[in-house]
Amino acid sequence: MSLLNVNICGVDFKNPVIAASGTYGFGKDYTDFFPLERLGGISCKGTTLLPRLGNPPPRVAETASGILNSVGLQNPGVRHFISEDLPWLLEQNTVVIANAAGSTVEDYSENVALLAQSGVHMIELNISCPNVKEGGVAFGTSCASVEKIVGAAKKVSGNKPLIVKLSPNVTSIAEIARAAESAGADALSLINTITGMKIDVDTRRPILRNNTGGLSGAALLPVAVRMVWEVRRAVALPIIGMGGVTKWQDAAELILAGADAIQIGTACFANPFAPPELIGGLEEWVQREGCANIAELSGRVRPW
Amino acid sequence: MAKQVFARILENRLIAAAAYSMLLECPALAREAQIGQFVHVLCGDKPLRRPISVCRVREAELTLVYAVRGEGTAWLAERTCGETLDILGALGNGFPLLDASARLLVVGGGIGVPPLLDCAIRGGAGHVDAVLGFRAHGQVILEEEFAAACAGVASNAEPAGSVTVCTEDGSYGTGGRVTVPMEELLRKNQYGAVYSCGPLPMLKAVAETAAKYAVPCRVSLEERMGCGVGACLVCSAKIRRNGTEEYLRVCKEGPVFNAEEVCWE
Ligand SMILES: Cc1cc2nc3c(=O)[nH]c(=O)nc-3n(C[C@H](O)[C@H](O)[C@H](O)COP(=O)(O)OP(=O)(O)OC[C@H]3O[C@@H](n4cnc5c(N)ncnc54)[C@H](O)[C@@H]3O)c2cc1C
Ligand SMILES: Cc1cc2nc3c(=O)[nH]c(=O)nc-3n(C[C@H](O)[C@H](O)[C@H](O)COP(=O)(O)O)c2cc1C
Ligand code: FES
Repeated sequence: MSLLNVNICGVDFKNPVIAASGTYGFGKDYTDFFPLERLGGISCKGTTLLPRLGNPPPRVAETASGILNSVGLQNPGVRHFISEDLPWLLEQNTVVIANAAGSTVEDYSENVALLAQSGVHMIELNISCPNVKEGGVAFGTSCASVEKIVGAAKKVSGNKPLIVKLSPNVTSIAEIARAAESAGADALSLINTITGMKIDVDTRRPILRNNTGGLSGAALLPVAVRMVWEVRRAVALPIIGMGGVTKWQDAAELILAGADAIQIGTACFANPFAPPELIGGLEEWVQREGCANIAELSGRVRPW
Repeated sequence: MAKQVFARILENRLIAAAAYSMLLECPALAREAQIGQFVHVLCGDKPLRRPISVCRVREAELTLVYAVRGEGTAWLAERTCGETLDILGALGNGFPLLDASARLLVVGGGIGVPPLLDCAIRGGAGHVDAVLGFRAHGQVILEEEFAAACAGVASNAEPAGSVTVCTEDGSYGTGGRVTVPMEELLRKNQYGAVYSCGPLPMLKAVAETAAKYAVPCRVSLEERMGCGVGACLVCSAKIRRNGTEEYLRVCKEGPVFNAEEVCWE
């Protein structure tokens, strides 16, 4: 066992650094910088049962220490993902997580059922996308609908571990986490983006054509750390933490708050080498702390 | 292949109202950059890089010409010689190379003019004419560089290409829109292609004018970007291919598109 290797739901990650869904495509686009196998894993762009065009541009706005996006789940459909993108991904010697989205319980189920029969290693159920009109985040914001959608997905997810990705746009993330756990989630990932808005004061128009979008990047980190900490105390499931990680110290905060692994997204836009830098920094941290493995540090914050 | 390069700034000077020319030393990119490609520039601690077209490549050096628009480009304008700039490049799909028998018409507007300079110089065409549009005299950039480029491309036996500068307010050159002199040139000469970059309404008018004379037209589109390398899908533009409309990535399939395929909003 190495310093950084972690196991989540029986799946072995060589390190706890995973590319965040929607920020890393299907893995090919960043390989000019370093091979995908450096990463512990990749969570692929969210796919839906049928292809989706996505929202009209502009789809991105810059904010203080963050960005807003309103991509709206543009994707080629799950079947295309499985036949065209997955075979290459499975040869890259890294954990492949599919990110599944939908607008009705039925198409979530059908989507997950197709992924369950594919070669992906894990399925991340995206019930927290703020950029689509129906479904998406609507499923992730009440305990009853979380139980319904997670229950339905669990019935068809077969032997693939089911990670449920939580929305921060809720009153109590701990309650939502408990609902996901009781409905059969195998692990949780959090947080998705926080819904926000930016207005051009000269034109009085929102920058995003969709008016609102999801906030990601450094601005998100303290919220993510707090939510991981609350969820850690509410459930026993493995947690993949994310939101605003740009350097190893940020990842370490999420791990101390209770995460078993982390995802990184927006930071790669400014620094494509952020993931390998993170891995290096975490390795030295674990060593300095005198631990044999990073898992020993998970949840080891010393709250007042 | 996309690379991260720390390029040394050799020069960063004001060339017109709020427009700067920055000369960078970066052999790795200069060797590879194709006409119409762009670099993604880190601006201090801004979460997003800024896409800026390659204006000119010469040996180990690369020129960027940019207008100060907001905080990122204002930060760029403050850089001084000897500092290094963190850039990703060369990115995107540029303008296709023409063959020496072709005549090229480049039509640029405002800060869309810079990438067309390298098209005029390195685009391969035997003859190049340029029509450059600006709001007013104070915004005119690169006129001499285009004059030299268009003169230099023509073979000795034939008259050199022309450069027409237009200003919307008539304060310099020809008054009015670029499409007027563009149409005169299209009537007079046989062109292999029209290459254009500038504000969207201008691109649309240029595309329509080129279509009227049945000349193939390529346009370089602008969209707000995240990753710049194709991974995040925030830079999509609506393109019609094989009868279906889809969002393609300006940073990857673009920024240069066949004008006939662009769905103008
Ligand atoms: C492929 C491509 C090539 C370009 N080439 C040039 C060039 O050669 N010279 C030049 O002066 N400008 C060029 N631009 C436009 C340039 O990217 C913007 O002017 C610049 O990003 C503005 O940044 P800012 O921080 O000054 O403005 P702000 O308004 O503060 O920027 C806020 C955010 O919006 C984005 N943004 C704002 N305006 C634009 C725009 N027009 N296009 C894309 N993103 C924008 C910024 O990148 C940033 O993420 C190009 C754009 C693209 C897409
Ligand atoms: C452009 C963009 C697209 C995204 N697309 C998805 C998606 O398809 N599915 C999903 O679950 N999360 C998506 N996200 C959310 C990220 O996976 C992540 O939860 C969020 O960005 C916070 O992490 P970060 O601050 O490291 O980026 C997207 C984020 C961005 C910036
Ligand atoms: S900017 Fe990320 S895909 Fe184009």
